[in-house]
Amino acid sequence: MNITTLSFILLSVMAVSSGIMMIRSKNPVHSILWLIVVFFSISGHYILLNAQFLAIVNIIVYAGAIMVLFLFVVMLMNLNADTEPVKNYRLQLIGVISGGSLLLVILSALMKMDSKQIVQMKVGDAGLIKNLGNVLFTNYVFPFEISSVLFLSAMIGAVIIGTKE
Amino acid sequence: MNNVLQIAWLIPILPLIGFMINGAGRNVLSKGISGFIGSAVVFASFLLSVYVFIQVKNGNTHVAHYFNFISVDFLKIAFDFKIDQLSSLFLLIITGVGFLIHVYSTSYMHEEPAKDFAKYFAYLNLFVFSMLILVMGANYVIMFIGWEGVGLCSYLLIGYWFKNNDYTNAANKAFIMNRIGDLGFLLAVFWLIAKAGTVSFDEVFSAATLAKLSTTDITGITLLLFVGATGKSAQIPLYTWLPDAMAGPTPVSALIHAATMVTAGIYMIARSNILYTMAPLTQGVVAIVGLTTAVLAATIALKQNDIKKVLAYSTVSQLGYMFLGLGVGAYTGAVFHVMTHAFFKALLFLGAGSVIHAMGGEQDMRNMGGLKRYMGTTHLTFLLGCLAIAGMPPFSGFFSKDEILAAAYANNPVLWGIGVITAMMTAFYMFRLYAMTFVGKFRGTHEQEHHLHESPAAITIPLIILALLAVIGGWVGIPEVFMHGGHRLEAFLEPVFEQSNAITVKHELSHATEYMLMGISVAGALIALLYAWNKFSKYEKTEVPSAGFSKLVENKWYVDEIYNAIIVQPLRSLSVFFNNVVEKKGIDGLVNGTGKAVNYGSRQLRWLQSGQVGAYVLLMVIGILVLFIIQLFL
Amino acid sequence: MDIKAYIVLALTLFTIGIIGVLVRRNAIIIFMCVELMLNAVNLLLVAFSKMHAVSTAAKALPTFASDAQIFVFFIMVVAAAEVSVGLAIIVMLYRNTHSVDVNFLNRLKN
Repeated sequence: MNITTLSFILLSVMAVSSGIMMIRSKNPVHSILWLIVVFFSISGHYILLNAQFLAIVNIIVYAGAIMVLFLFVVMLMNLNADTEPVKNYRLQLIGVISGGSLLLVILSALMKMDSKQIVQMKVGDAGLIKNLGNVLFTNYVFPFEISSVLFLSAMIGAVIIGTKE
Repeated sequence: MNNVLQIAWLIPILPLIGFMINGAGRNVLSKGISGFIGSAVVFASFLLSVYVFIQVKNGNTHVAHYFNFISVDFLKIAFDFKIDQLSSLFLLIITGVGFLIHVYSTSYMHEEPAKDFAKYFAYLNLFVFSMLILVMGANYVIMFIGWEGVGLCSYLLIGYWFKNNDYTNAANKAFIMNRIGDLGFLLAVFWLIAKAGTVSFDEVFSAATLAKLSTTDITGITLLLFVGATGKSAQIPLYTWLPDAMAGPTPVSALIHAATMVTAGIYMIARSNILYTMAPLTQGVVAIVGLTTAVLAATIALKQNDIKKVLAYSTVSQLGYMFLGLGVGAYTGAVFHVMTHAFFKALLFLGAGSVIHAMGGEQDMRNMGGLKRYMGTTHLTFLLGCLAIAGMPPFSGFFSKDEILAAAYANNPVLWGIGVITAMMTAFYMFRLYAMTFVGKFRGTHEQEHHLHESPAAITIPLIILALLAVIGGWVGIPEVFMHGGHRLEAFLEPVFEQSNAITVKHELSHATEYMLMGISVAGALIALLYAWNKFSKYEKTEVPSAGFSKLVENKWYVDEIYNAIIVQPLRSLSVFFNNVVEKKGIDGLVNGTGKAVNYGSRQLRWLQSGQVGAYVLLMVIGILVLFIIQLFL
Repeated sequence: MDIKAYIVLALTLFTIGIIGVLVRRNAIIIFMCVELMLNAVNLLLVAFSKMHAVSTAAKALPTFASDAQIFVFFIMVVAAAEVSVGLAIIVMLYRNTHSVDVNFLNRLKN
């Protein structure tokens, strides 16, 4: 058991358990915090795969900006554990069962697959920022520009929706 | 002769037409017209029957083929009429006595409203039609059609005054007990089809088919047919409906439950005589059941106080005699007794009807007495009927009963002995009835006494005709001991029974023995007769409750109560159980449950359109799941 | 590290996200579960990119491993935009109905 495998397992456990905690906690603020932990563990995975750029970007954008936005909204509405609506127990059960069976179905299909592709970890220059930037600004420069238009429209949309009439 | 074939179908069709006219037009026809139509069609059938009889007597027997009724695989059942000695004899009895009763009814039922009057005659005609089909059928299936038809008409006529619950219960009882017997009949027919492949009389009784049937087959078939006969002809254990059937109008009792329907069982066995001769076991059963029934019914009749009930039990007892005759192989004797019994029993019933009419509806003999002063014709004809049934020579009952008793002696003296005792009881209770009704002091109320009068001609003329027949009817069957070649009936019916006669070992009794048997039975009956006459002409009404054997007999041996406990109550609790558990919870639950399930389902389906986003997502996930499963595993 | 391990991990996270969407009634939490699902997908994409890096390098072909990571980048971009608009909508709904309960949002009923 080398260190790579160990860290993989550790990070996976952290991610999955935080995910479960996130959907289980009554308090929305706690859920947000657990989600942040998930993002951190996923970033950890990225680092393990030597996708350095993405790891950092994940932290900055997701955990830093998006989650903070969520937190602002939750604080704004003053939600806490008491006001949290709880779904009908039966429906919860049905939900869990259907989700679980979906997982099982796909996993069982997966088990039939017997390829032995391995993933390059820790090394590899595919994730280096130099290479990414290169690819981004040569092959994908058009989507890059369009995404700025996307942001613009999102901002305008958010403002329009948000103004009080 | 072609003429017979051409008219044979008319004989049953005419009463059917009468039924249809009276039935359809019962709201518009007047009493006179419906009575006339009802009687006229039967009279026309009678005339045709006479013609047929004469033809048959000259040796022309036929099977008239009309159309193929059932034709499946190997089984061919044709709608045929068999016109031979046996059926033509019965035709005469049915149409002749039937006609007289129709005429009688026009006067007896005249108090009924016109609609019910027409209904009565419609039912009566339908009955005659069914009975004619029964005796004319050329195979067991056609016979069964008539068999069922008479059962139905019996039900309709017993329950004629349907507003009275007791009467309708009696009608139900009759029909249900008949049905139980019919089951036996049907099983026998099925067995016959399975083993012999045919139900036609000519084919079944042919030597070829008989060779195909094993002894077990024949014994089984004959026993099952006999079960049918016990239901229709009121033998043990299916006899209790007959006394209760007295709820119907008296002419109905006379026609159906004395002269015709109840003799259907005897007709059927006489027709199947070769089968019975080949099954000695069944014959023994028939004889013993018949004799036991005769004794039982006679004991019950000793203590009955309703005039019609006495006659009903007497009918059961006499039918027992007929079955005894069949059981010991005296087929001619049994048929002879059918004929004479039809005459004197119809006479007795019609006479009783006349008495009841005069008494304004009273049927209890304890309230009658001394009626001979008021009703001369009725009295005389009734007396002749009583003498006939008691077996006094030279009346008809003597000849027929004696023939059966002689055959019983030849078979087994014990049977004869019990038969004689029963004959003595018969004489006793009949003359008890006679004496309590016609002799002595009048015990009724004063208004009844003022109302007493002789009945009109429409009632007395049939009585006279029947009395005449009861007197001379026996003279077609004078036994060998009295007159050589005197038994004209036996000679006439010989072709029908020749197969049986060829097989049976004849026990010839010496003339001396026969005289002795006759003498003993006549003497015994005479003693009983005189004793009863004497005792009951001095009858006073008492309120002494009976005890011991008297009580047992008076309560009809508690047979009805036993049946009630053993059969009716468990059946009733079973049906209650079915009602509560199966019907209400099971079937209703199923039906209501379907409704509830649909309700529930639709409520759940409404959820689809609920607008709840969560529901939509769930459905999406489930859909993806299903698609994955189909894609990956199927 | 076998690719299957990453597939299983990503699937697990994805399923947890789905279960969260089905189980929770709070609109915001549901939104967050959607984000979780997106992240699971991102992880899988990156893993596949590295897998391609290995397999194509073995065959000495030009590698397209970076493309998947660019894709992940764009997913994040879109996610960010979507979050901002989505939260704006939720705030509006809260202003109108004073609740973030999904069951109240049944305007699609008719």
